[in-house]
Amino acid sequence: MSDSKTTSYMPEGMPLPAPNDLDAPFWEGTKNHKLLVQHCPKCGTFQFGPEWICYNCRSEDIGWYECSGKGKVYAFERVWHPVHPALKDRVPYLIVLVELPDTGNVRMVGNLLGDPEQTVRIGDSVEVVWEDHEEVTLVQWRVVK
Amino acid sequence: MSDYTIKDKVALVGIGETQYYRAGQAPVSEFQLALEAIQKAVADAGLRIEDVDGFASYSDDRNDPTHLAAALGIPQIQFSNMHWGGGGGGMAGAVGNAAAAVVAGYAKHVVAFRALAQGQFGRFGQGRGGAKVRGPLAYTAPYGLMSPAQMFAMKTQRFMHEHKISQEALAGISLASYKHAQRNPRAIMYGRPLDRQAYYNSRWIVEPFHLFDCCLENDGAAAVVVTRADRARDLPHKPVYLMAAAQGTGFRQGASAHNAPDYATSNFKTLAPRLFEMAEIAPKDVDVAQIYENFTGGVLMSLVEHGLCCAEEAEAFCTGGNLEWPNGGLPLNTSGGNLAEAYMHGLELTLEGVRQMRGDSTCQVQDARICLVAAGPMVSPVSNLLLRN
Repeated sequence: MSDSKTTSYMPEGMPLPAPNDLDAPFWEGTKNHKLLVQHCPKCGTFQFGPEWICYNCRSEDIGWYECSGKGKVYAFERVWHPVHPALKDRVPYLIVLVELPDTGNVRMVGNLLGDPEQTVRIGDSVEVVWEDHEEVTLVQWRVVK
Repeated sequence: MSDYTIKDKVALVGIGETQYYRAGQAPVSEFQLALEAIQKAVADAGLRIEDVDGFASYSDDRNDPTHLAAALGIPQIQFSNMHWGGGGGGMAGAVGNAAAAVVAGYAKHVVAFRALAQGQFGRFGQGRGGAKVRGPLAYTAPYGLMSPAQMFAMKTQRFMHEHKISQEALAGISLASYKHAQRNPRAIMYGRPLDRQAYYNSRWIVEPFHLFDCCLENDGAAAVVVTRADRARDLPHKPVYLMAAAQGTGFRQGASAHNAPDYATSNFKTLAPRLFEMAEIAPKDVDVAQIYENFTGGVLMSLVEHGLCCAEEAEAFCTGGNLEWPNGGLPLNTSGGNLAEAYMHGLELTLEGVRQMRGDSTCQVQDARICLVAAGPMVSPVSNLLLRN
């Protein structure tokens, strides 16, 4: 598991996550720099975002599995038009949708660190980078050369 | 044919809309806009307002049928219905639900409607969320993924990658809508033509969407009256029959954090076969199509998933004027649609479908017999209709 950390990619004033009853283990995990994905011990299904039951076998006995934090760019977008006041002077920026092969190819959204005008290729290898805030840690990504 | 079908049992007999305004510019309230569009549609149908006994809408329309009925002095309401889901995915679904109510005998004359006054209630294209976000929003909004354009650019980028489709396809869809709007005096973009150079010169909103890949946001209202086919024959307009209606969503399309297993989809894969089966026709029988453009990328996927072209041919299908009236192979969004007529959450597309089947569109497709109307793309649920004359 990567221990790399980053300063905040997004400016002050952006919304930050707050845990709810369902996803508290996920956000507790990111705080400890562990990337956790829901896993059904009964049928082996991985799922993200979190749900109360396993979508495959309907088991309520659903646990969490630690993902390696290594993934592939499944899709990406470069945002030029700011839709939130905090982003007025922070465009362009890059969002990636990352597929995680060791946890059933579930996907996570994050920012791709580095030059926002860099060339991004679908299929590129990426790894998780932790962005610590006072109360919560965000999941960010960087390209692995 | 199964007894359990609405095929040819229902007709769309009246259409009405207010003047369309730029977002926030309507001089009256959203409720007044709804009242006006409903009354115009009922008058167009040759009915009295007292004949209306049901309402259907979608996208959490704020204009409650019981209040509408009170304001309009409607003697009794026998059916009122809201199709779940935000955005325009329920547009055709509302018409389909109105049709189902008529066939089931719940009501005789149901009005499907949508009213929007964004000055009064705020715009869709702005990000939401305060200092803290919980649940599904927490997996996207902190990373700056918060608007509809941003939700759907991601899917479009993936679809274009999977099928090696270039920006030209999106441009072709946008140019067709703008071209058609130049003949439509109702259109917000009437008198504002767009050419290929201006499309490419327009700013990026979020790659791969330029400004002109994105729908408008407008104030206004639209309504359509649905009744039984046998009652339609005595009414003033040539009846427009509903061949089929479908609504729904595919496997885990509602999964959060962009985790729908089939990701790069308009979400019509399960609906389109059902729609054509109910209508007992094939995609090649469609003469003209009105396909909801929240963003051009969703139209591209909708064309493919309705079998109007295959993914490998999609770029050629969308370019070279193929979607443009009068010479294109499949004239698309002949009123200008959400991109260039007005964003009435797509209901203006059903109104245009009715006009095409009556023969009085401003871009009338010669001898058009069958019109596809598709609502939603890339959202969950989605819905669609097939109309004939």
